[in-house]
Amino acid sequence: MKSRIAKSHGTKQLKNKLFVLFCVIVTTLSVTALAVLLITIANQGFAHLDWDLISSYASRHPEKAGIKAALWGTVWLCSICVITSLPVGVATAVYLEEFAPNNRITRFLELNIANLAGVPSIVYGIIGLTVFARMLGLFGTMNNPLVEIGDPISFWYFRLPFGSSVLVGGLTLALVVLPIVIVSTREAVRAVPSSLREASLAMGATRWETVRKVVLPRSAPGILTGAILSTSRAIGEAAPILVIGGFLFIRFVPANVFDDFTAMPLQIYNWAGRPQEEFHAVAASAIIVLLAVLLAFNGVAAFIRYRYQRN
Amino acid sequence: MRKKTPSIKRAKDRLARISLASATTISVITTIAIVFVLGTEAWRFFSLPEVSVSEFLFGTKWSPLLGNEKHFGIWPLICGTMLVTAVAALLAIPCGVVTAIFLAEYAPSPIRNFLKPILEILAGVPTVVYGFFALTVITPAIQTIFSGVDVYNALSAGIAVGIMCIPIVTSMSEDAIQSVPDSLREGSFALGGTKLDTSVKVVFPAALSGVVSSCLLSISRAVGETMIVALAAGNLAQLTLNPGNQVQTMTAYMVQIFLGDTDAIGVEYRSSYAVAATLFVMTLLLTWIGHTVSRRYKEVYT
Repeated sequence: MKSRIAKSHGTKQLKNKLFVLFCVIVTTLSVTALAVLLITIANQGFAHLDWDLISSYASRHPEKAGIKAALWGTVWLCSICVITSLPVGVATAVYLEEFAPNNRITRFLELNIANLAGVPSIVYGIIGLTVFARMLGLFGTMNNPLVEIGDPISFWYFRLPFGSSVLVGGLTLALVVLPIVIVSTREAVRAVPSSLREASLAMGATRWETVRKVVLPRSAPGILTGAILSTSRAIGEAAPILVIGGFLFIRFVPANVFDDFTAMPLQIYNWAGRPQEEFHAVAASAIIVLLAVLLAFNGVAAFIRYRYQRN
Repeated sequence: MRKKTPSIKRAKDRLARISLASATTISVITTIAIVFVLGTEAWRFFSLPEVSVSEFLFGTKWSPLLGNEKHFGIWPLICGTMLVTAVAALLAIPCGVVTAIFLAEYAPSPIRNFLKPILEILAGVPTVVYGFFALTVITPAIQTIFSGVDVYNALSAGIAVGIMCIPIVTSMSEDAIQSVPDSLREGSFALGGTKLDTSVKVVFPAALSGVVSSCLLSISRAVGETMIVALAAGNLAQLTLNPGNQVQTMTAYMVQIFLGDTDAIGVEYRSSYAVAATLFVMTLLLTWIGHTVSRRYKEVYT
């Protein structure tokens, strides 16, 4: 009897060890995937990585090709995306956390946001194309705009419909990241202890004063972290931009928000899809630049989180 | 010093409340816009003479661009999507869940602190980078192992999508596993369960709703994934279950249409809206089932 228990204990021990081994192997696999990815890209891309890559435009010759237009396009897109998605996202989150009554409409809003987070980004691209770029055909076609004010190369140019412009790209990306901004802001706002709110309300402050002077300052680091992470998502998105008609071959920096544009992930897609090996090397170099930018963003977010968690 | 009258304060409060509430309508308007645009454009596509709803829903040929006789049966596109998604799920779900169990139950904290940022980096890599990886690393590797595989194939794209999905499954599953209270683990140990018994037979079932919803979320991501399949899976819509074949997914078809020179009134162009509507409905269903599972079957511990 005793030996049987000991034996079953032995097999159990063995099973335990085998399972841990299995776990370690599987986990190592996912880490290896990342390592292989980074090594192959570094291997292919470092040769091309120099100032010429960043300062020159796209070219038919791989040795002359650069990412200037794409890099500036991404900067424009991100700025427009942040300027539009951040206020709307934060306002929505603050309303849902601090003001909304607990009723059916609020629950519908929450469900709606959860569903929007699950919509594929290419669908947002189609919506951006139809609603922002073409404006449902209400103002003529994209090539013959009904309303046109100013010179197309000046900064103060305006047109309706918006066309395949950098503005439409930024607005479409704003739709893509809006649910992310809302969710992360809600988490940050929820993390503010309710005792602080109660203290503020007890001092005679209104709800809005409490939000503005107590809740928002306290949750600012969390909101900022979420904003940075959603921006890095927007930087990497290619599908919606591709659908609204971001250009694959462009040799200028946008002059105004209605100008044509390309973006980093789009340029990488274009080079990666070509058959020539030389263009794959340029794509790898561009990927290194893109990943470096994203890593910097994530690093800043991690720093903010670390710094304010300690205080 | 004069104090502000409370009525001004109250007016400000009301103004803030109204403007914040109006910001929430943006998300509702977005949903309405999606449904309205996809609905009306799909309707216009189906009212064209060369298209019929029954052919779209039950047809097995998708050839909108070639030849005189155009066919609009959605199944080849759904089949391609499903094939890529199945490969991705077969890779991401086991790897992701096992990694989550390891991280939550076994890994000592230095290893956890090393692995968590790596998974975060994996989650932040843009999908076009995975597409490049699939095309330049995974496909050549597959071709050396299995001869006769197409340059563009569902397997390569599926593996890349799977790698992309691992961090989604892992981080959500790990949250679910960690939220299982320690009293359950202690109870299992007290009854003589080993660490393995406890993790697999007690903790894992208790966290199952969260794990399942993380898997559904990652499947929905895989269905809607665009850049990887546009680069690595190919552009030939065919009914096949062989992952070594070239396939076209719904998203890859949309990319093909919007990149091409097809005019904005052509039947091919309109068809992309019907495909987008199908994709939207599929991902919506997956999201909705995921939420229902996590809400209804969630074990609540107080």
